[in-house]
Amino acid sequence: MNPLSFQFLSTVRLGVKSLMLHKLRSVLTMLGIIFGVCSVIAMLAIGEGASYAAQEEIKKLGSENIILRSLKPPDDAKLAGLGRGGALDYGLTYQDGARIQATIPGVRRVLPARIVRENVIFGPNSIPCQVIGTLPFYPEIVGLEVVRGRFLTETDERNTDNVCVLTVGLAQRLFPYQDPLDHSVKVDAFYYRVVGLVRERNLPEHRTQQAAMEGEPLDNNVYIPLATARTRFGEVLVRRSAGGFEAEKVELHELRVQMKSTESVETADPQIKTLLNRFHSKNDYEIIVPLQLLRQAERTKRIFNVVLGSIAAISLLVGGIGIMNIMLATVTERTREIGIRRALGAKRRDITLQFLVETVVLSVGGGLIGVALGIVTPLVVSSLTDMKTIVTLWSVLVAFGISGAVGIVFGLYPAKAAAQLDPIEALRHE
Amino acid sequence: MSTAPHPPEAIIRFVGIEKRYDLGGEAEVRALRGVDLTVNPGSYVAIMGPSGSGKSTMLNLIGCLDRPTAGSYFLGGTDVSRMPDDELSEARGRMIGFIFQSYNLIAQLTVIENIQVPLLYQGQDTRNFEEHCVKLAELVGLGDRLHHRPNQLSGGQQQRVAIARSLVNDPLLILADEPTGNLDSRTGREVLDLIDRLNVAGKTIVLVTHDDKVATRAHRVLHMKDGLIEREVLNRPLPRTNGEPAVPA
Repeated sequence: MNPLSFQFLSTVRLGVKSLMLHKLRSVLTMLGIIFGVCSVIAMLAIGEGASYAAQEEIKKLGSENIILRSLKPPDDAKLAGLGRGGALDYGLTYQDGARIQATIPGVRRVLPARIVRENVIFGPNSIPCQVIGTLPFYPEIVGLEVVRGRFLTETDERNTDNVCVLTVGLAQRLFPYQDPLDHSVKVDAFYYRVVGLVRERNLPEHRTQQAAMEGEPLDNNVYIPLATARTRFGEVLVRRSAGGFEAEKVELHELRVQMKSTESVETADPQIKTLLNRFHSKNDYEIIVPLQLLRQAERTKRIFNVVLGSIAAISLLVGGIGIMNIMLATVTERTREIGIRRALGAKRRDITLQFLVETVVLSVGGGLIGVALGIVTPLVVSSLTDMKTIVTLWSVLVAFGISGAVGIVFGLYPAKAAAQLDPIEALRHE
Repeated sequence: MSTAPHPPEAIIRFVGIEKRYDLGGEAEVRALRGVDLTVNPGSYVAIMGPSGSGKSTMLNLIGCLDRPTAGSYFLGGTDVSRMPDDELSEARGRMIGFIFQSYNLIAQLTVIENIQVPLLYQGQDTRNFEEHCVKLAELVGLGDRLHHRPNQLSGGQQQRVAIARSLVNDPLLILADEPTGNLDSRTGREVLDLIDRLNVAGKTIVLVTHDDKVATRAHRVLHMKDGLIEREVLNRPLPRTNGEPAVPA
């Protein structure tokens, strides 16, 4: 070891020793930094976890998709029964789908879907579910995984076959003991042959249904060919409820527009709106652009990070001021020692280094403890609650780096003050 | 003092040293008013005088803790009177050993560590000097107290640690400021005996005191008054300069 690094090491050792002399004071001084660093890492981990979950959900909607949903127009809600044939007429139409496909540039394909709430019955089991009438390429756009058998085909569609595909969860409840394939389930007045089982990976779909279907399992879906849905259910749906019934005429409940590329999504969005508004006088549909949601989530996350960063900066600043305060007191308290060291040949920079090392040991020590606590805290939070947390490497590095920088910045002034003391005055100090 | 050429081996040579303190505005204190002084190697010089006579200022200047306002100071042949702070610190560490009235040991360090402190600022690897430091501790009779802290030692013992510390860099000059001021007469005598032995071994000693009994041990006694050396008393003949090391290695 060369003399210089030895000297540095012994300065560090000396610094630690001086700090150990006042253990309680040192620990209290470090607390500011400890809490600062810990809270930065923990908060960022919780924020990161939350936004990760949100972003994953949005990503699953498909970033090249635009989702249109029929919506009961709010101003018409009370006027149910006034429409054609006493039914409320609203929502997306087959025509809308065709127009979008034909006129909007960059559209790859349009997936229509009819969604009807019914009970599905097999033997003694009757389970409420969503019957979704759709086209064969539904799984590709929505993200379904065929577990057994097959999904709907063009032939089913052409023949308006009475076939259906069940989600795995529904099949398990409906067929506790049998193999569901090739059995027939009853929906409304008709029987449908089960040809396949799918697993839904589409989380957001679940979430949006959650409020409407409280208490029901989320993946109770029965998929049937669109043509079959049209003929079996008709277009006017009657919902009976206590005190009367409500009828509504909806052609399509959902249109998923898949674009050829992510880039065309944003130009297509206003175009679709303009197109549809020409044919929809009422505000009877909503448009969801996952890409925009994603962008928004990212923006929100950025703002969140800035806010956290400011809180972090403030808490570390406060910690730094605490350290500076104590170091200034220490310098005064150890004025005589400084005088002795100066008399024994210490240069100004030796004194500066000595005090700077002490502050850096305090802040870096606090930083290390803070990092440890900051990594443990999110784990505790995740285990106590359902919150997902992600401790990112950069947050650890940034928090630790700032704590070290705080030590140097706030240590420099007291250290310089110590070095500027006149040795004669310092030796005379009581 | 004459202006005749000085022998090059003079340890201290003051030429017309003045020190003025500016107290702001018109007020000015002339602590030293043109002092000339030569101290040869191996001599033992005591400085006496009432407070305000300038003996502390003198000591600070000799110890390179301060710089003169005017005049030149040659320490071991080097002009240190205009040196920048860093070099002055260096000179202090290398050429001067300090013994203070209140011992001035560093409280959180052990005896051996206190002895090592001046080495640290010479950029030395203290591990190479372990044996040397232990020897010094033994020389002052504290070979069995190496790992004690100052507050575990008596005043006399602490002062002996300070003496060992003053020797560690093998300085040209040992500067003692009232070394027995805080000690009872018996331990004070022991400390003075130790200083005598260092002088006999060849070390140059400059000692500030206001105790006549202490001063009688020196070869020369300088009486200061109003910033000047008023008179000088020769107690016993000066030793012949030989330049032998103070501590036989």
